[in-house]
Amino acid sequence: MDFNDNLPIYMQIMNLIKSKMVSGEISGGDKLPSVRELSKELKVNPNTIQRAYQELEREELVFTQRGMGTFVTEDIEIIKSLKRNMARELVDRFFMEMKKLGFNSDEVKSIVSDWSEKEERQ
Amino acid sequence: MKNIVEIKGLTKKYLNKTALNNINLNIEEGKVVGILGPNGSGKTTLIKILAGLLRQTSGEVLIDGKNIGVDTKSIVSYLPDRNFLYKWMKIEDAMNLYKDFYYDFDEKKFNDILSFMKLEKNMKIDSLSKGMHEKLNLSLILARNAKLYILDEPIAGVDSVARDQILDAIINNYNEKSSMLITTHLVRDMESMLDEVVFLKEGNIILTGNAEALREERGMQIDDIYKEVFGE
Repeated sequence: MDFNDNLPIYMQIMNLIKSKMVSGEISGGDKLPSVRELSKELKVNPNTIQRAYQELEREELVFTQRGMGTFVTEDIEIIKSLKRNMARELVDRFFMEMKKLGFNSDEVKSIVSDWSEKEERQ
Repeated sequence: MKNIVEIKGLTKKYLNKTALNNINLNIEEGKVVGILGPNGSGKTTLIKILAGLLRQTSGEVLIDGKNIGVDTKSIVSYLPDRNFLYKWMKIEDAMNLYKDFYYDFDEKKFNDILSFMKLEKNMKIDSLSKGMHEKLNLSLILARNAKLYILDEPIAGVDSVARDQILDAIINNYNEKSSMLITTHLVRDMESMLDEVVFLKEGNIILTGNAEALREERGMQIDDIYKEVFGE
């Protein structure tokens, strides 16, 4: 993984795990890799991984069982709402960028519907 | 958290040149700290003082609460930025030398790191490439159960495969009870490994802090901050 983003690395790791949760690559109740394992895999300081896990826990997306490890929440509603939030953020960013390019909402809508028609045909 | 290193008002002068000017720095237990700066910024002077190879002109330097001396040398594991082994040696001889010198040298740990680095004990020092040299040196340094590991430019001039192995070995051997001090000018490669960064310019600390906090505060990677601080 390349940490090119200007976000703090712990946030980039949180986002990586969040997108895996939302896409179903990891599901409710799954065990996350240990801090040390993920640290080796991503070549990131263990304290940074620890921080990412703590923040995910604070957001109630994961929970820790003493001596067992860190697990993805089994609450489907939480994952659903994470999915909605991530979608909303993407859409916000998309519209903002399109506005910068000088498109108004109607133009953006027609571009989006053109795109989805083309996608359906394929 | 407990400080492994405490530096107060450290100044080092060579005749009329000031190499370090009134440095204040604490390093907490379990932290990986990067000393960043171009050549000649004072990184190696600072490290040599911590390793007990140079004496400060003024100021206080404590490691694990003790003044620099025999006591601190026994808990500091230092990787110099140049080769320190004899050409006639085999890796095994180097290991035995370390075993004799340092009571905290862990032979099992050494064997593990060595095989991770894909080095063999019967290899001759003379026949090692630059990358292999660097890997051997690091294996010796990390095999000690020290309080403070000091790595001076651990990835300078090695190819990308060796670099990845070195970074992995550093992570594998991280532990919460000791600290690591790493100097580098290859900030991009090292930045995700660092808890804290210290920017050193002409003997002065011009910026220091938690790496994540700096990224957040400035919306930049440490590498970009480095370029801004030291670039034109």
